[in-house]
Amino acid sequence: MPSIDYVAPTSVNDAVAALAAASGNGRVLAGGTDLLVQMRTGQITPQTIIDIKRIAETREIAESDKAFVIGAAATGVEMSAHNGLKTTFPGIVEAMDLIGSQQIQGRASPGGNLCNASPAADCVPALIAAGATCTIAGPNGTRDIPVEDVVTGPGQTCLSQDEFVVSFTVPKPPPRTGDAYLRLIPRTEMDIAVVGAGVCLTLDDAGVCQAARVALGAVAPTQVLVADGAAALIGSTIDETALNTLAAAASAACNPIDDKRGTVDYRKKVAGVLATRAAQKALERAKA
Amino acid sequence: MGAEQIETKWIGKRIVRPDGVDKVTGRANFGADLRLPGMLEAKILRSPHAHARIKSIDTSKAEALPGVLSVVTAKDFPEVSGMADAGEAQVNFADLSRNVMAREKALYDGHAVAAVAATSASIATEALSLIEVEYEVLPHVIDVEEAMKPDAPLLHDDLFTKNVDPKPDKPSNVAQRLEFGAGDIDKGFGEADVIVERTFRTAATHQGYIEPHAAVAEWTEDGQSRIWCSSQGQFAVRDMTTTLLGIDHANLKVTPAEIGGGFGGKTTIYLEPVALLLSRKTGRPVRAVMSREEVFRGSGPTSGSVVRTKIGMRNSGEITAAELGLKYEAGAFPGSPAMAGCMTAFACYDIENAKVVGYDVVSNRAKCAAYRAPGAPMTAFAVESVLDELAEKIGVDPIDLRLKNAAKEGTRALYGAKFKQIGFEETLKAAKDHPHYSAPLGPNQGRAIACGFWFNIGGESTANVNVNMDGTVTVVSPNPDIGGSRASMVLMAAEVLGINPDRIRITIGDTASIGYSGLTGGSRVTFAVGMAVVDASKQVVTQLCERAAQIWEVDVEGVEWRDGAAHPASSNVGDFDPLSLEKIAAQSAKLGGTITGAAAINARGAGPGFATHICDVEVDKGTGRVDVVRYTAIQDAGRAIHPGYVEGQMQGGVAQGVGWALNEEYIFDDKGRLENPGFLDYRMPVTSDLPMIDTQIIEVPNPFHPYGVRGVGEVPIVPPLAAVASAVSQVVGKRMDQLPLSPPRVLDAIDG
Repeated sequence: MPSIDYVAPTSVNDAVAALAAASGNGRVLAGGTDLLVQMRTGQITPQTIIDIKRIAETREIAESDKAFVIGAAATGVEMSAHNGLKTTFPGIVEAMDLIGSQQIQGRASPGGNLCNASPAADCVPALIAAGATCTIAGPNGTRDIPVEDVVTGPGQTCLSQDEFVVSFTVPKPPPRTGDAYLRLIPRTEMDIAVVGAGVCLTLDDAGVCQAARVALGAVAPTQVLVADGAAALIGSTIDETALNTLAAAASAACNPIDDKRGTVDYRKKVAGVLATRAAQKALERAKA
Repeated sequence: MGAEQIETKWIGKRIVRPDGVDKVTGRANFGADLRLPGMLEAKILRSPHAHARIKSIDTSKAEALPGVLSVVTAKDFPEVSGMADAGEAQVNFADLSRNVMAREKALYDGHAVAAVAATSASIATEALSLIEVEYEVLPHVIDVEEAMKPDAPLLHDDLFTKNVDPKPDKPSNVAQRLEFGAGDIDKGFGEADVIVERTFRTAATHQGYIEPHAAVAEWTEDGQSRIWCSSQGQFAVRDMTTTLLGIDHANLKVTPAEIGGGFGGKTTIYLEPVALLLSRKTGRPVRAVMSREEVFRGSGPTSGSVVRTKIGMRNSGEITAAELGLKYEAGAFPGSPAMAGCMTAFACYDIENAKVVGYDVVSNRAKCAAYRAPGAPMTAFAVESVLDELAEKIGVDPIDLRLKNAAKEGTRALYGAKFKQIGFEETLKAAKDHPHYSAPLGPNQGRAIACGFWFNIGGESTANVNVNMDGTVTVVSPNPDIGGSRASMVLMAAEVLGINPDRIRITIGDTASIGYSGLTGGSRVTFAVGMAVVDASKQVVTQLCERAAQIWEVDVEGVEWRDGAAHPASSNVGDFDPLSLEKIAAQSAKLGGTITGAAAINARGAGPGFATHICDVEVDKGTGRVDVVRYTAIQDAGRAIHPGYVEGQMQGGVAQGVGWALNEEYIFDDKGRLENPGFLDYRMPVTSDLPMIDTQIIEVPNPFHPYGVRGVGEVPIVPPLAAVASAVSQVVGKRMDQLPLSPPRVLDAIDG
């Protein structure tokens, strides 16, 4: 078996340098719950593994007045244990917590979930719905972009070969905001989303929706931000008419394929159903 | 023989299983755990094509890779022929040899075509990529009905349908036609007030044992060979391997490893002869271990099926006629459980006019292997679903409907057997009285019942019981312990000997240490090997009594054995203190040597097993997802030797049946390649998918077993397919006739 170099830099700059040195044959290791599996099955054969877990910025979950900053290599367990994050964005935390088993939760990270670039990644629609951005480090410093702009296709991201995601920033929302993420899997756990739907919405004092974002997973080559779905909610009290319009918009936004996990028709139908249910759950949370 | 419950001291007690501590601490050795000095690692090259002629195989580059010691292909296997019994199935050795290693053609995606032994697994894997196989890709066929068409791609040009008159002049993929019946079905259907006829489909499902196949083989210079492997029968592994390789039985010793599940799938061989050939060619021990992907692609599932059934009934609920036609996928070689499917189809019921026709059909899928009550769940799905529909149509309670037609003592089953004491009616009555049956249902919930039958078998069985000088006892069992049989054997020995089970240790013997015994399969071990253990233990008791007679200087008739000690049979014999087993054992050297019993029997009279299950489901009408929310399994066990393991068998069968009903299926691409060879997309239920499965053991003793045992391992997988599907049908308002009931299929039914 060909040998593999393993490096574990302790700073962002060293990690960028290691990636540059690997000239395209390096892979970033966070929790490894996708990377190691892909290496074992021979899907990928990296020459250098750059473990980012020793870089402080990738491991922290920091809360300020303005935002939560979640390290790209923070684990699912750590996110679930963060009371502030869990109270403010239960949808993000629940989405992350859906990934794999308890053992996987001890390793799996939001950065890995995003950069693996699976259309079915659970954490990603929830982050998109919450309006999260991510900080990407590269040779020219860092840049911040919306999460929805990172994945460009199955297994593809907009990151260049010497860039990596350091952290996510989720702005603190106004009062009366709620979020939720729901997914459809045939089983109850240990499965991959056939459809995922994340909704984040904000109400005014009168219970009228002031802001909303709707994101879908597993129904297109990338996660989909459903602007029409958000538009259906904004200005409404999330009543039946708004929800029906949301469902239709969600179904229309899908561009799925028939595959072993589901059919086109099924995914379109269920995208509407789950978007509606996620909106109802987010609504309850916004009112609470 | 009577059928009363026998008073017992140890039988029925839930003792700690003898292998439990080893298993929970990780000490137990499974198939892949053995390491021998100088051991090589084997890897198998598998066909990427569903159907292809193998024009040539060039192994020279692989053999030249440093670290590679040998490569074998079908050329290294001798041509063999003949048939043999293996548990509930028959083995055709020419086919078995070709399944182990493809010869003229690769017949399915994953069919083994070559094997490499190297100094490391990674070198062996690399060597596989250097083997050059020239394939001529042929048209393939996966689906059973497609395979039966006259213009279907032909797998075997020498396969002519058996039992057809006149003999076909052209080969086909239909290996065999089966037919039997009774009475006059036209007359019977003429008398019916209601007739329901439907066609049902089930997907091929894998046994899904957690431990992949694994074997270590060692060939020695004098021709004595050894294999250590996980299987459902070390003797079967020995006999099949030696037959395939043309060596004497006595020249192969097979040592059973612990087994991490088999469910029928480990009643055949895959790796063992390959590893042994590689060892012969290299002079070094060789280990071969399948990956999960290889298990799915290369080892046997059970058949996918198409079953049409038609049942006629009077408004009173009496069945007047029943007809069934089944088509079972055998995989690449003949041998689906079509016969068992036909035989079990109507076995729960007393039906005067019936006809059953079955077809065993080959197609380009892995050769099917036995799977828990092989063949029975598919026909039960069809028959029980139609009975559910008939009960609805005539407005009769589904349990009452079954009670009206239930087989009982004296009923002659359609397949020929005349039932002795059986407990089917008892399971139905218990179901009716169970609080589950009358509990209220929530919104979007449905409830159904379904029943099941399995023959159970006996067969050749051996046991040794040895008394140690300190009064402890060692039992040697010839059968791998899959479902807790060690505990049951110990309990039966303790009962006969009258000593505490913690004084008894049990081991599973290798093929050189105990006489031949059949497979661990057919729900036979607790029944048949248990009888051998009882027999051997009784021999020990006889010897203990003889020794006591010697010590007391009385006739042996004057000694009786009770509570683990010899007692004078009456006051006429004399006034002696009881002689315990320990006391007698301590003097065994002086009194004629070691006390030991050895039994070899061919057990007859395996009592058939019946079950009635109650299932509640909840359907998400927006997504088509089905949750099983409550489940109760009721089964006649004859006598539960260790109730915990009877309940475990019942719950395990239900779990597998629920998976079969809801989500398990093989998905092939348009080239016939398996798309879901792993537990992610081959969806067996995980723990959270199932409710606590409630169990109720009914005990109608089997008169042919000293303690009344019936096999219990298989029948619990028979009812769940219909129980789940009928419950879903209640909610959906449509008869669900195709499995699996995956969310898209259920949503389609809801949305019309």
